[in-house]
Amino acid sequence: MNNYTPIIGLEIHVELATKSKMFCGCDANYFGGKPNTHTCPVCLGLPGALPVPNKKAIEWCIRIGLALNCEIPLHSKFDRKNYFYPDLPKGYQISQYDKPFAVNGRLVIKPFARGPLTKTVRIRRVHMEEDTGKLIHATVDGEKCTLIDFNRSGVPLVEIVTEPDIRTSEEARDFLKKLHQIIRYLGVSDADMEKGSMRLEPNISIRRKSEKEKERKGEENLPKYKVEVKNINSFNFAKKAIDYEISRHIELLDSGETPKQETRGWDEKKNITYSQRSKEEAHDYRYFPEPDIPPIVLSEKEKKRIRETIPELPDARTERFIKDYGLSEYDASILIDDKDTSEYFEKSIQQITNNKQQITPKVIANWIINKKADKSTVSPEELIKLITAKQQKPQMDATDLDLIIKKVIEANPKAVGNYKSGKEGAIMYLIGQVMRKTKGKANASQVRNLLTNLLK
Amino acid sequence: MDLSELTVTETIKGLYQKKFSSVDITRSLFEKIKPLDKKIKAFVTIDSENALKKAEEADEKRKKGDARPFLGVPFTLKDNICTQGLRTTASAKVLENYIPQYDATISKKLKDAGVVILGKTNMDAWAHGSSTETSDFFTTLNPWDLEKLPGGSSGGSAATVAADLTIGSIGTETAGSIRQPASWCGVVGLKPTYGRVSRYGIISMGSSLDSPGPMTKTVEDAALTLPVIAGKDPQDATTSSIKLDDYLVNLKKGVKNLKVGISEEYQKIAEPIVREAVEKALKTIEKLGAIIVPVKLLDPTYSISVYTILQRAEVSANLARYDGIRYGEGREKFGEEAKRRIMLGTYALSAGYYDALYGKAQQIRTLIVEDFKKVFQKIDCIIAPTTPCVALPLGSSKTSPMFGEVQDVLVEPSTIAGLPGITLRCGFVGELPIGIQIIGPQFSEALILKVAYAYEQNTDWHKRKPNII
Repeated sequence: MNNYTPIIGLEIHVELATKSKMFCGCDANYFGGKPNTHTCPVCLGLPGALPVPNKKAIEWCIRIGLALNCEIPLHSKFDRKNYFYPDLPKGYQISQYDKPFAVNGRLVIKPFARGPLTKTVRIRRVHMEEDTGKLIHATVDGEKCTLIDFNRSGVPLVEIVTEPDIRTSEEARDFLKKLHQIIRYLGVSDADMEKGSMRLEPNISIRRKSEKEKERKGEENLPKYKVEVKNINSFNFAKKAIDYEISRHIELLDSGETPKQETRGWDEKKNITYSQRSKEEAHDYRYFPEPDIPPIVLSEKEKKRIRETIPELPDARTERFIKDYGLSEYDASILIDDKDTSEYFEKSIQQITNNKQQITPKVIANWIINKKADKSTVSPEELIKLITAKQQKPQMDATDLDLIIKKVIEANPKAVGNYKSGKEGAIMYLIGQVMRKTKGKANASQVRNLLTNLLK
Repeated sequence: MDLSELTVTETIKGLYQKKFSSVDITRSLFEKIKPLDKKIKAFVTIDSENALKKAEEADEKRKKGDARPFLGVPFTLKDNICTQGLRTTASAKVLENYIPQYDATISKKLKDAGVVILGKTNMDAWAHGSSTETSDFFTTLNPWDLEKLPGGSSGGSAATVAADLTIGSIGTETAGSIRQPASWCGVVGLKPTYGRVSRYGIISMGSSLDSPGPMTKTVEDAALTLPVIAGKDPQDATTSSIKLDDYLVNLKKGVKNLKVGISEEYQKIAEPIVREAVEKALKTIEKLGAIIVPVKLLDPTYSISVYTILQRAEVSANLARYDGIRYGEGREKFGEEAKRRIMLGTYALSAGYYDALYGKAQQIRTLIVEDFKKVFQKIDCIIAPTTPCVALPLGSSKTSPMFGEVQDVLVEPSTIAGLPGITLRCGFVGELPIGIQIIGPQFSEALILKVAYAYEQNTDWHKRKPNII
């Protein structure tokens, strides 16, 4: 490993959460729907049907581009990408080739391993395309067959492509997490990896360290091969796939071979990659301008308007939390990790100001981070009550309290069940119930101890 | 009077004045279609039962005061225009049993206007050709001479109009597919500006060129029919929101002081007898007050290469969806011409060839657009022969893979530039009609209709009928 430098680039597909599909009026929220119920002549690719682009989706794609510090060209267009596959009803995918909506961006990450040092990953392009249908291999009436569900066909898909600036699998994972976070903050996609709304494709090759000096001279000395691993659906799998590929390439190079340029798949059960398509079998997509859609011309004014729709992003929010609330960088970064958690934190803080209580933001952060306050069951208001109660001294008779706790346990079998099945946050709800019954007189941490003992 | 001979104008008037009913006309048309279509073979699908039902409904509605002008007017549609529930094949075996689930925008507009659809007309398969000889089913014959071709690809539509098997028809043109068969069958064919009429639901051929339009017995009929099918369509992003002109009001305003361009580059391509007829027509138009201005245009033969590359490239993608998985027929059902076009288009778009072929063709397309723009600063419209010669004998297309492109050379430049053009009769060679075309700037349909009308009304060519009927 020490003799080699990994060269890693990423391609990420994000399904947008627009109401309708990319080129027709069908409902884009197909997840869990009965097969082929979200379809029309356009997304079925029926003879004569024509695409009309979804303005919202284009706007959201540009929003992603702006959030990734990209240039937004005023002239853009759609192209046809030609290839045959049964899940592609037109025999071509409408995508963007040489004039994408966003180019030349960058995203700064703070890889954990690098301490205070940051790392800039350049973004090559962000473009808009349509998703394909889904093939389902099944047995019907005892016969093996493949079924096609076109519900996903034509759902807006944004593709984000980085330059090959990433050097370790950890950096790749950090980058992907950060990107995921930004997409969630932008509110343009649920970016749910399990549902396939965000799909990852790392490109990997490795280079001998002796060549490192040449690196400064530019990209011409990128390795002569590149391996692409397709359709990975978790950050950890992406990391594992990259690690697997790096070892595989080193082994080949050490034995005097050059790894083959190819596309590989990820087998999540065996934790290995496997060959799917070699360079010789690579497609010539024969891109050409989509004649059914006139070129897209954006005005500076529109660009400005779209820029204004971008909410506060994770980096800015972290800084603000540090500055305004006196949080540590560590606490701030944990709070902003999830958009909803950071908003829960701020709403809780508003409760203090309203109640004029002596609770510091640091204490609230601590309750959310360390005590794992469950934001789905405990409202910000209740959280503040809990904290307040905790800060007060116990004024309750132990037997009374015991009785109340037992009653609460009896009355809330669902929360008890949740807790017992490992959902620790459920205890917060039970504590809240006890606090309510005792009108805040009990000591929350004492209640917690009693509860955990009783629920063992 | 034989009701099948009615024009759209006469039909609308007669229905309004209750001289006859829609059922009367529809019946008399089917009475004629029955024996004659056996000879001409213009229809792929005849929908008599449903058409008569619709005609009855139209008559009922009219009795109740429904005054929509096109209510109960019979039309035929080219078989690449999707009609919900009515087989639509594009004369291709691959779609032999395809019944669309939805109406093309223009089918819907015609139905909404009350038009009675008699059936679907034959064409070159997928609209690839200028003869109907490449139809996967059969060749349509020219009503003026059954040993001659009707032209194509809208040959079936042109033949139904010429032989009085319909009151009017809708064809589609990519380059010549309305004007060339209209010329060879001696009917009026209007190819509107690209984007004036929706392509939604029309089986795509060359998507950046396809333009549906009316094929009729008279110029006035074309002016009446165009607004029924034209206009912005939310389902076709390439349609224009420019407002429609009032074609009828403009129609009769004459050509006084209009500057009509004539180009030697076009004239010299036509056979002498065609050229003479066009020159005579120009004299008539001059007498009506127009000013004839000789202009220089790019040699139309450049357009053959440009058109061939762009259209084949688009075809290669547009036919990809017929991959054998759906529509019930496999790819082995593609005919020779379709296969040739798919291969040529695939080649033109392939890595290493794109710049020299597709890329270059796009650049020349821009030059052709500029060439017309420049000329239209000096003149109002251009007059030229529609086709180099009159209808050719059956079998003529079989020996030449570029038959269509050569026959369509005089309409290709304007189609590449997205311009409107109209063709009408300007003489005969024996029994065979000669066509003259008027080309105008984008969205100048009102102007070219006016010029065509002035010429038509001052000549008798349109009064002649083929002997067969």
